[in-house]
Amino acid sequence: MLRFSLVLAAAAAFAFAHGGAARAQEETPSLPHQSWSFEGVFGTYDQAALQRGFQVYKEVCAACHPVKHLYYRDLTEIGYTEDQVKGIAAQYQVTDGPNDQGEMYQRPAKPSDPFAAPFPNDQAARAANNGALPPDLSLIVKARDGGPDYVYAILTGFKDAPANVKMNANMYYNEYFPGHQIAMPPPLTADGQLTYADGTKATIPQMAHDVVTFLSWAAEPNLNARHRMGAKVILFLIIAAGVFYAAKRRIWASLH
Amino acid sequence: MPVTGTGATSRIIRWIDYRLPFVAMLEHELHEYPTPRNLNYWWNFGSLAGIMLVIMIVTGIVLAMHYTPESAMAFDSVERIMRDVNYGWLLRYIHMNGASMFFLIVYIHIFRGLYYGSYKYPRELLWMLGVIILLLMMATAFMGYVLPWGQMSYWGATVITNLFSAIPIFGQKIVTLLWGGFTVGNPTLNRFFSLHYLLPFVIIAVVGLHLVALHTHGSNNPLGIDHKGPQDSIPFHPYYTIKDMFGLMVFLIVYAVFVFYMPNALGDAQNYIPANPLQTPPDIVPEWYFLPFYAILRSITFDVLGIPSKLIGVLLMFSSILMLFFLPWLDTSRVRSAKFRPIYKWVFWLLVIDVITLGYVGHNPPSGSIVTVGQIATFYYFFHFLILFPLIGKIERPRPLPTSIGAAVLGPAGAAGGN
Repeated sequence: MLRFSLVLAAAAAFAFAHGGAARAQEETPSLPHQSWSFEGVFGTYDQAALQRGFQVYKEVCAACHPVKHLYYRDLTEIGYTEDQVKGIAAQYQVTDGPNDQGEMYQRPAKPSDPFAAPFPNDQAARAANNGALPPDLSLIVKARDGGPDYVYAILTGFKDAPANVKMNANMYYNEYFPGHQIAMPPPLTADGQLTYADGTKATIPQMAHDVVTFLSWAAEPNLNARHRMGAKVILFLIIAAGVFYAAKRRIWASLH
Repeated sequence: MPVTGTGATSRIIRWIDYRLPFVAMLEHELHEYPTPRNLNYWWNFGSLAGIMLVIMIVTGIVLAMHYTPESAMAFDSVERIMRDVNYGWLLRYIHMNGASMFFLIVYIHIFRGLYYGSYKYPRELLWMLGVIILLLMMATAFMGYVLPWGQMSYWGATVITNLFSAIPIFGQKIVTLLWGGFTVGNPTLNRFFSLHYLLPFVIIAVVGLHLVALHTHGSNNPLGIDHKGPQDSIPFHPYYTIKDMFGLMVFLIVYAVFVFYMPNALGDAQNYIPANPLQTPPDIVPEWYFLPFYAILRSITFDVLGIPSKLIGVLLMFSSILMLFFLPWLDTSRVRSAKFRPIYKWVFWLLVIDVITLGYVGHNPPSGSIVTVGQIATFYYFFHFLILFPLIGKIERPRPLPTSIGAAVLGPAGAAGGN
């Protein structure tokens, strides 16, 4: 009974703090909708955007955020050859072992390894980030209401805090973050922050769009196959429904 | 209709049937079992529910082969299924959306029963077995939702198991027993997994009884009158097997749209965040199919006669379903179908609106006018079953019933036994 009250009280307090903070400042604006290649019935991931997005993740996000559900081998699905994947993996060191001497050792990553994490554990991540824990990004697009639009809005939603808002230490003002105070510094700071391998101009909206496409793929790598199979299954079912309907009419005809 | 013929197959069937009358039983239930000739498409949902149960069990068994019921590994094992198990994503999305489809079907099935009076004499036990199936489904679905061990799994389990703490004296002991400890944790996950695997088979057993009860007096029908002679009924096979197949295809189209194009639309984004006992999500909301009951639970914000509001909320929530057991006796009208009940026909739709309103209330944080709307809707829910149901039967003047199903469907020729 007491614990139930505590849970409800905690939930209520949290909701209130949440809502209260949002009300105290302006309301969180509704998420602007972006156009995504993977939307809709026939949507598929844009491979070029996935590779650019991977580059943004690798050169910007990966400094703090792990994607532990991705393996280097998964990169073959976004258009890299096996040799390229071996090369990418080899740029990272992972801990393996114990070896025959009973010792852990460092070795270059292989395609069968999961993406190397930026920090050895959560405590190390917090220590390096003023106490804040950069979340794993494997499922971030599915774990937020608004999905890709939300993540895009966060990446492009940094602003100077309005004069009446008192910012806490080490917090940044973000229009779309609940409560508007986010511990993540703006990751995409300037046009041309990185140089795309395919020559695309790396503007902030471009980088945000590409990395969100990449993270959407990281969260839902089977979307292309799912959409393809869905079209076939539904087409089959529509035909089957038609056949059964005709058969039903025929069988029932003798009754009327 | 015994199997005749002199071929080898017929001889084998006769040999088996003499010892275990399996084929004879199928023959009897499918071919000779008389079914009212006028069942409309609302009668498809019973067989759809049965098929859905099979789909859930088959996908569930395969998922269980890959799932790890351990609190530190459960979430990742589900992601492993989604990414590395061949067609694991398909299995999981079928199972996950299947729960929603199952409830959608069963709710339609229940409302069909309410509209056409399928719970009345002589089908009271048939109806009560259905209520037991509903309760078992709810327990199964709740425990299944805990298994991925996301934020909503964990906090949903915490809030719902805590409901039992409202029971005087034994409350806290019961909660500790449910948890297998002093908080929701690994033992909770283990026992929920075990029960989530067990209960569907209990459901199968009760469905078996539900079918025995159904086949004892046969299906009710849209006219709600008993069948009086051969002109009123047709064999289940092929007439209803083919109609059910067509209905199944239409249903599968809807199901497939969810599975393939909006697999997460009915779920909560929070459940893709691993369970974190130290961080309560902003809103703890159950799956859509529990929302009306959740609204009833939260509707009581005041103590009554010294009984804490929480306990009243819990009692109301449980009685909102348990009350359905008494429906056959709460309804005083002898006419089954709402077609011939001029007042009930409209009141039925008020109940539908009321339950949808409760769902809406359950979905939103309980503040401001939502609380009031929830209280009114909760009051109406009980008012409907406890006051209106007995009352309408007394004051309503039903329209005259047709003399027979055949007469109503085929005109005077049918009444004479034509066709």
